[in-house]
This record gives sequence, structure tokens and C-alpha cells, in this order.
Amino acid sequence: MENQGMFIPTQTVGSVLCCMCGVRMQPNAANMCIRCLRSQVDITEGLQKNLTILHCPECNTYLQPPSTWIKAELESKELLAFCIKRLKNMNTVKLVHAEFVWTEPHSKRIKVKIRIQKEAIHSAVLEQAYTVEYTQQEHMCDLCARSQADPDQWIAVVQLRQHVSHRRTFFYLEQLILKHGAALKAINIKEIHQGIDFFFRNRSHAVKFVDFLANVVPIKKREDKQLVSHDSKSNNFNYKYTFSVTICPICREDLICLPPKVSSSLGNLGPVVLCMKVSSNILVMDPCTLRSVYLDSSQYWRNPFNPLLNSRQLVEYIVLDIECEEKTQIKVGSTMYSLAYAQVARLSDFGNNDIIFTVKTHLGNLLTPGDYALGYDVYGANNNDVNIDKHKGRTVPDAILIKKSYEEKRHGKRGKGRLWKLKSLKMEPDNSKTKMDEEKRDFEYEQFLEDLEENPELRFNISLYRDKEEEMTSMADTNDDVPSIPMEEMLADLSLNDDEN
Amino acid sequence: MATRLQFENSCEIGVFSKLTNAYCLVAIGGSENFYSAFESELADAIPVVKASIGDTRMIGRLCVGNKNGLLLPHTTTDQELQHLRNSIPDSVVVQRIDERMNALGNCIACNDHVALTHTDLDKETEELIADVLGVEVFRQTIAGNILVGSYCTFSNRGGMVHPHTSVEDLDELSTLLQVPLVAGTINRGSDVIAAGMIVNDWAAFCGLDTTATELSVIENIFKLGDSHPTAIVDTMRKSLIDTYV
Repeated sequence: MENQGMFIPTQTVGSVLCCMCGVRMQPNAANMCIRCLRSQVDITEGLQKNLTILHCPECNTYLQPPSTWIKAELESKELLAFCIKRLKNMNTVKLVHAEFVWTEPHSKRIKVKIRIQKEAIHSAVLEQAYTVEYTQQEHMCDLCARSQADPDQWIAVVQLRQHVSHRRTFFYLEQLILKHGAALKAINIKEIHQGIDFFFRNRSHAVKFVDFLANVVPIKKREDKQLVSHDSKSNNFNYKYTFSVTICPICREDLICLPPKVSSSLGNLGPVVLCMKVSSNILVMDPCTLRSVYLDSSQYWRNPFNPLLNSRQLVEYIVLDIECEEKTQIKVGSTMYSLAYAQVARLSDFGNNDIIFTVKTHLGNLLTPGDYALGYDVYGANNNDVNIDKHKGRTVPDAILIKKSYEEKRHGKRGKGRLWKLKSLKMEPDNSKTKMDEEKRDFEYEQFLEDLEENPELRFNISLYRDKEEEMTSMADTNDDVPSIPMEEMLADLSLNDDEN
Repeated sequence: MATRLQFENSCEIGVFSKLTNAYCLVAIGGSENFYSAFESELADAIPVVKASIGDTRMIGRLCVGNKNGLLLPHTTTDQELQHLRNSIPDSVVVQRIDERMNALGNCIACNDHVALTHTDLDKETEELIADVLGVEVFRQTIAGNILVGSYCTFSNRGGMVHPHTSVEDLDELSTLLQVPLVAGTINRGSDVIAAGMIVNDWAAFCGLDTTATELSVIENIFKLGDSHPTAIVDTMRKSLIDTYV
């Protein structure tokens, strides 16, 4: 500050006697010499001097509670930050300096010298250094513990089954499990005919997994336990738990003939309906009226039914004419449909005979004359469903179209590769599989991938990853009407995560 | 000899009592101990009077006085004024003054010859102080604090001031007061000197927290007991001899 021409006398700081020991010193806020102040107040009081930290010897990480593991080398910046962060009550003092005191790595001790400042008495700030000793306890992190676990030593197993001829549901479920990390705690996953087995170290992990499944697919479950050993003196019982989980056999695009009871309880829906979507409940739609109903899991399992025809029995049709009945479009699930009359002929008949069907279809807004469509050939099908006989006096249309077919357009492209890829669960393969099963599986997987490309609703819940290699080879190849997945929907594949699943 | 004592668990005994060469005022406390401590030390020389000012017990901070007079703030009731007039010697003039700042003890510090006052005190009050107490009045600050009555205390033989007082200020003050001064603390490092102790020419009382070191400084500077002129006086000699002459 400027003194503005004023006379300011010089001020020499005087000296007083320390009130405790009488030593001559400069006056301070406490009027005590530093040594007396130290002996009077300990500013490190209430601060931790000894701590236990958990260290994973496998991956050299430290546990940051509640569940984060931080990778840090000895004497590194990260470790110092971690060590200081673990100290409680540090917000009451000002941290001035911190450094490691060298310790033998085998001693499992980390020593940090910390220098702090704190107001002692009468706003006199005191600085003091002290050493904190961290005892390093070895404790394997979850990831390492899982990788070290013996896959044969399981406590609980979830036997997931779906009694259908294809594995489509499991491909989809695999992606959902990956996306939600639902099976992270599984110590072993085994592929089985018509299903998958998941093995867990803990019953609660299995229960959690079953709960997850109940949220994504309509399931029926049953729990059993087997006594392995027991100690009557300490009342300890050792069980192995088995969860038998059955997924309903109805899949997307299946043709169903509802049992009369179900049909009437749903307001005389159908009886021939299409399954549009399967999540924790099933969405069924009458293709002739566009009426749709959600069936929840319990409703289904009270009166279970099987599909009349499934998507493997789809037949290709050629659309000869489309006559829209009304312009209004109705939203079912998240897609719009409108009713129309279509003249179709089976592709196998086309050019051989004059069999033409005129059928009502819900794809009025999607199909144009000349398109190819996939549908169920009810006329030619030899079905032995008991339910269909019960609905007397009701006519079932000769053909029920399901979706537009891209078979012709895709023809040349088959096997050319995609710009994206999916992750897969590390599964132990089924040993009883033959070469044919192997081929069938590959074919079904290819169909699943095509389904994903055609149906945005289906890939809504799953993570797609960019395939770097394919991107390099087929940059120029962007064409036509074949549905593909826009780049924005794909995730960059983090190489970090690659070895995790 | 300085005595250590406490008023109802408080070491700030200067707040609850007033000591001059002619009388001693003591607050009316819940227990008789505080009063008896003064009684045993002073009873054979001067009257020890139990008093209150404006119905409060912080008499030490509200009044100011020496052997010549006693100034009371305008909050003092007639009854209290009458009681004090009756109790203290007739030679002492007891006067109630109409000063805006009623904590006279905080604003004024005096011995029997000189008074230091708050810089903002009324002109009339200043004149009254000079008349009633028979002192020369200087408007001063102590180590930048305007409450001179709180941060210093002095008798006719010596004085103690705020520990942060600079050497130059100390010289100037001791030239004004014509007594040796020392910067010191009371009650284990407290710098509110006048609140922690009361002193006259032959006795001193300090708060119970006062350490032996502080006590020895007090005994030396106020020349209590039979201590010899000490080194402090020697160092102060230069400032004591008026350079004017």
C-alpha cells in the first residue's frame, strides 16, 4: 500500500518470554515457543498412523473400497495418491508434503512420511511431520480369484434349457448376458444340447443369475439341492444346488395356435397368432386383425402351448399384388403395420404351376409387388397340433407372411463379412456334437446375425463392436437395399476388455 | 507477591474485580472464595468492597479508577453508586459519567499519575478523567489495538503490555508513563493482559492459568515482593530518562 506522504515509524518486532519455559522468543499467536507448543498440542491427534490395505499379489493392484482395484507400482505416484486417499480425517488438516520411506518389498509394509499443517491454539498454525505405516495384506481381487478358481469345484449350477430345434434364443441371450455382465461370477459355462449350464461358486451368485434370466426371458424355474456332507456336531450342512431353468419354447416369428382357453381369456384372440417379440413377456399378434396382446411369464406357464410352425419352416413367397385395405397404420411393439390383401405365390411354384394365394397380411406398408417375402405355408404344412382341431369352424389363412425377404439381394454377399462383430462367452463346447451339428450351429449363427441387421429392435439391447480388420478390407463396399447396421450403433472394441470375458 | 486465583472457573479475574492503591472492588459471586482471597491479602491495608455495576458482575471492565477517584459508566444505578460512595474512603471521588462507550475499563488504563485512553473518547470524558482521577491523559493504541484498557495494565512502579507491541511503541509508552514496561502474556499465553490480572503498587492477582514464568515476569516488572531492580529496568533506563531535558 502506498503511504501517501505519511510518516510511518519503523516497527521493530519485540520479544517476549515463552509462557511455558521462559525462553526469549518473538511473540506469536499462542505466545509459546515452538517446542512448548509441540509438547502442548499434538496436531496429528486423531489421524491414522497404522492402516491395513488389501493388495492383490496376482495383478499387483490395491483395493480402493468398496470395490475398485487400483493398479500401482511400489513408490509410484499412483500408490502415493492411493495411500493418502485411504487416510481418514485428513480434511481437518492441511497436507503439505508426502513421500515414501523406503521399505523392503518383502516386509509387506509401506511407509509414507506426511507433513501436515493445522491450527493449534489461538490461530497459531503448526507444521508437523509423521510417518504412516500401511500393512499390506494379500487378498486376491475378484477377477484373479475367478481365474484361479477350479471350475470343477462348483456349489451351484444353473441348467438353462429351451426345448426347441434351434439355438437362436441362446445366441441372443449370450449377448444380453455379456452386455449386463450377468455371468461374470460363473466359474464355468458349458454348452449342452438344447441349453447351457452355468456353474457358480456360490448359491447366491446363481440365484442372482436366475433373477437376471427371469427379467429377460419368460422362464420356469425349479431349485433342488443335494447333500454332499454334513457335520452333525456343529450343525453344518454342505449342499450342491441345482437350478433348473426352462425358457418357454415360443420364439420370435413363431406361428402359434392358441389353446381355446387362452384364446378366450385374451378376448377371443386368434386363434392363429404370430409371436412378435419375446422379452420377460411375450407379444402375440393376430396377423389378420392386428390385435396384439402381451402375455406375461406366469400367464404363459399357467397354460403353456407350443408353436405350430417355427421360423425354420419359413417358405419364400413372391408378392404379385398388394391391395391395402385401409391406410391406417397400427403400432405393434415398436413397428408400424397395416392390413392389406396380398396375392402371393410360392417361389417353388413360380413358373411351374398357377397356384396363387390371396391372403390377408399385416405387412401392407412394407411389401410392394415384386418383393420376396417369407411366410408360413399353412396350406402345404402337415401340422398335427391338437389345438388347431379344437377351433372348429374357423378358417386359417393358406399363407401367413412374416417378413420381407432379402435372400436374393444378399445372395452374392454371403460370407463376405461384416463391419461389425459380437463378443462371445467363453464356453466349454459340447463334446457329443457331430460335424453336422457344428455346421447347423454356424448356419443358425449366420441367420442370427442377419436378424440383427434387419431388426433394429432386436439389437437395441446388445452391444455391437466395430471389426477393425473388416473395415480395412471392405471400405468401398457400401451398397443397396440390404439392411446393415449404421456405424453410430457400434462400439469401439476396447482391447483392454478383450481378455476379460 | 502475586496471587493466582479464579472467579467461578474463569481465569479472567480482571473482568470481575478492580484493584487500586486505595480500594479493591470485587464482583458479587456465587461463592465467597474469590472475595476471601482478596480479603486475606488486602484487608489490613485497603477496603475490599463487593459491588455490581449496572446489575452486572463485570465490574473490572466497566469502571476505571485510582487512589484519587473512581469513574462509573452511565449504566450504574443510583443504589450502586450510593453503595460505592458509602464503602470506599472519603478521599476517593466517585463519579458517574455520561460516556457513550460504557466499558470504561476497556477504554481507559491508568495509574495514579497517567491515563491512556481510547482514541475516540469524548472531550468531556477526557476532561473528567483528568479532573476526577488527577491524571495526565494520553490517547493511545497498544500494538494497533484501540482498547488500551484491555491490552495493558500498569501501576506506579511498572507495567505490562500486549506481547505484540514493537520495541519503538514500548519505548514511547514507557516515556509517557514514566514507568518501566515489558511486553508479556498472562494466563498461559493470553494477550488480554488487563482481563487476566489486576495490580496495584504492592499486590497483584492473576488468573489461575498463569504460568510460573509469567508470574516471575509480573513480579519483576511490578516490583512485587522484595525483588531487586532487575535487568529489565536497566534496559529500560534510556527510555525512562526524558530526552527533552
